Amino acid sequence: MLPFIAAALIPFIYRRFKNIHLGWFVLVVPAVLFTLLASYIPRIANGETFVKTYEWIPTFGINITTYLDGLSMIFSLLITGVGSLVILYSIFYLSTKESLHHFYCYLLLFMGAMLGVVLSDNLMVLYVFWELTSVSSFLLIAFWHHRKASRAGARKAMIITVSGGVAMLAGFLMLYVASGTFSIREIIANLEVVQASALFVPAMLLVLLGAFTKSAQFPFHIWLPDAMEAPTPVSAYLHSATMVKAGIYLVARTTPIFGGHEVWFWTVSGVGILTLFWGSFNAVKQFDLKALLAYSTISQLGLIMSLFGLGSAALHLGYASDTVIYTQATFAALFHLINHSTFKGALFMMVGIVDHEVGTRDIRRLGGLMALMPFTFTIAVIGSFSMAGLPPFNGFLSKEMFFAATVNIMQLNIFSLDNFGLIFPVVAWIASIFTFVYCAIIVMRTFFGKIQPDRLEKPPHEAPIGMLISPYILITFVVGIFIFPNVLGHYILQPAMASIYPMFPSSEELTPHIAAWHGYINTELWMTFGVIVFGILLYRTLKKWRPMYQIFPQKYTFNAIYERIIGSGESYSSRITNRYMNGHLSYYFIYIYVFFIAVLAGYALYADVLSWDPSKDSAIEPYELILVFVMVFAAGAILFAKQRITVVLLNGVLGYSVAFFFVLFRAPDLALTQLVVESITTALFLLAFKYLPKIQPEKVSNSIKITKAMISIAVGATVTLIGLAVMNYDKFEPISAYFEDAYNLAGGKNIVNTILGDFRAFDTMLEVVVLFIAGLGVYTLIKLKAKKGDTDVESK
Amino acid sequence: MESLMIILVGILVAIATYLILSRSVFRVIMGTAILSHAVHLLLLTVGGLKKGDVPIIGQADEAFTDALPQALILTAIVISFAVTAFLLVLAYRMYLTNGTDDFSQLGGKSDE
Repeated sequence: MLPFIAAALIPFIYRRFKNIHLGWFVLVVPAVLFTLLASYIPRIANGETFVKTYEWIPTFGINITTYLDGLSMIFSLLITGVGSLVILYSIFYLSTKESLHHFYCYLLLFMGAMLGVVLSDNLMVLYVFWELTSVSSFLLIAFWHHRKASRAGARKAMIITVSGGVAMLAGFLMLYVASGTFSIREIIANLEVVQASALFVPAMLLVLLGAFTKSAQFPFHIWLPDAMEAPTPVSAYLHSATMVKAGIYLVARTTPIFGGHEVWFWTVSGVGILTLFWGSFNAVKQFDLKALLAYSTISQLGLIMSLFGLGSAALHLGYASDTVIYTQATFAALFHLINHSTFKGALFMMVGIVDHEVGTRDIRRLGGLMALMPFTFTIAVIGSFSMAGLPPFNGFLSKEMFFAATVNIMQLNIFSLDNFGLIFPVVAWIASIFTFVYCAIIVMRTFFGKIQPDRLEKPPHEAPIGMLISPYILITFVVGIFIFPNVLGHYILQPAMASIYPMFPSSEELTPHIAAWHGYINTELWMTFGVIVFGILLYRTLKKWRPMYQIFPQKYTFNAIYERIIGSGESYSSRITNRYMNGHLSYYFIYIYVFFIAVLAGYALYADVLSWDPSKDSAIEPYELILVFVMVFAAGAILFAKQRITVVLLNGVLGYSVAFFFVLFRAPDLALTQLVVESITTALFLLAFKYLPKIQPEKVSNSIKITKAMISIAVGATVTLIGLAVMNYDKFEPISAYFEDAYNLAGGKNIVNTILGDFRAFDTMLEVVVLFIAGLGVYTLIKLKAKKGDTDVESK
Repeated sequence: MESLMIILVGILVAIATYLILSRSVFRVIMGTAILSHAVHLLLLTVGGLKKGDVPIIGQADEAFTDALPQALILTAIVISFAVTAFLLVLAYRMYLTNGTDDFSQLGGKSDE
């Protein structure tokens, strides 16, 4: 919660201390949180977990429950640790001319949301924080909102991650329906119920959709390269170390729920391995260093994702001493997760330094910076070699474990792996060669070769020391983890393994692999040798095979497809809207009537409620029959009348006939009112007569006339049929017997008048208001002059 | 009698609908006027016809006709009168401003 409070305080600090860089104040927040979290490490390592609950919406079972175990520990340490370093770095990267209060406000918001995601036990609260990371990431990508590319990148990231987030919400709701609780721990505890539910697989796929969009998995990876328009500290923090790992976290967190299922295994590991290959393959073609790093992030995330998928096979098999070998994959995933955050953060900061000191990130304009920027060069070398998986850096260890996991998985004979299992090591190996090639490009193209001073915007020189502190801390970890991997393994990874495999009795057996990291010559090592040899070969011949990338037409890239989907969506919807919203009143009337007929008559036919039973009717008397014929004739004549006066008079005939009906049907007050009102209406029509134009014969085609006639007849028939059915319906006794006691109740003898003035006088009052408003409206319409500029027939 | 009245109402509704679907403002207003006649008659009819005497106490001791629909119709008549009057003036005003009473020529702006 601390980051949110700090984010709220930022504008005040910003205004008070103008001359001190705002970042120094902000730095305190993650540093304090990191120390606080670090103090829990020993207790977490002993298998303890910490739960705290604050009630939020208890009636729906939505409570803010924080749950700290090994898995959340890793992520929250990464968030706060890398967060502190990024803030330290940004103090030197951003000048005080930028709107820093916005920057740090968004950054703290993001940090808080991210901590919320990893610490939440309640699915709904997790979703709230999840969307908050999307929103704050949107704000950070578009930090330089005067640039068009920034806005486009932010919009794209928002659309893709939020669509995934909504899918995830649907998945969460399905889980809730299946299990009856929003709490992840309780769902895991009632696993049999959830797995038996029909919603199990849909929920799994929807949750995965959320995870894949957030973690830039194939084919939702396209937002990540465009998000590189953000300031470099943002790219380093959000798009390498934290936000893109939210999806990874979700997969890891829900592995105990979904893990044993075949669909899960193939989706997670299959998409992961595809992303790994596609990301590394495309990274080679980039010229912008940040875009290259973006694709490399995509590919490394795919690696981690596929490892989680492979590791889930162990859940299917259940606990046994020989299945422990498959949990190795999960261990490798967690290990590489940490390693990736360290070296990728350092690499982004390195690129930021180069950009900051030289003025460009284009590798075609860079070169020969080694002698000028030796410290930056060191970062680049260590980071890249670790990413390529070379000793003596931590990437080597995790890549070896990755190869081992893919080789091991071939021995399984579940999920039809005996047929397709070979895919994993082969694809992984090829992808690693590409990884090696682009790592080589980063180092060689930036720091070796000839320098091109005329193509650079600034004279190159070494970065200030403050900017170098953070990447140096990160690369210290890169080397440190290689030398002492077991410290990390024991204190941090082992409790996280326990959270992913809660059903397995002992976690000691799950973690011993890391101790055997040196002194063997086996398949994995040979694979690494192959990667190095082929990688060097491919890098040497890069110029010859680079044109291969031109083979794929621009039209079929995923970005082009995305643009086309968005564009055609807009044009289709506007075309459809323009087609039915054509601005003609009669068309809208037709829609309304057709809908009316379809719903009412359709339902009446469907439910078979139409009936007609004239036996209860009262007798028809001759003068009533005459009146009916008069009305039908008058109304029909209106349709064919050529002159307005005929129409007005025929309408009058109708009105007076209605009045006669009121007389016949024992309603004297109605008859009186109807006579008066009809007279006034006719008088009004005659008054307006002079000013209204002559009736033009309708110049419409016969087909339109027939359509109109058919609709009219259908409407009339619907009303008639339903009216007849209602008459035949078994009704309750009317309540009018009560009103017939009007003299005793209200002191009046005219029952209708007592209803109007006494029993239901409220209606009458409002009816008077209606009349009053209509009068006012008429007055205004006549008196109000047309505004200047409006066309006015009178003045012409 | 009730069945006959309902058939009459149906015919009136059909004619009113046809008028409302036409393009001239004047015919549309006529259509609404006829529609309101039809509705008033329908209200009266479904309340039951000629079940007793005029609902005024003291004239006869036998059963009265149902007074509640009558009260409702009375309210409806006044309201529909107000609306018709307003519509009529609106049509007059519209003709003054636009110089036409044809709805098909009142399409608004094409870029809206």
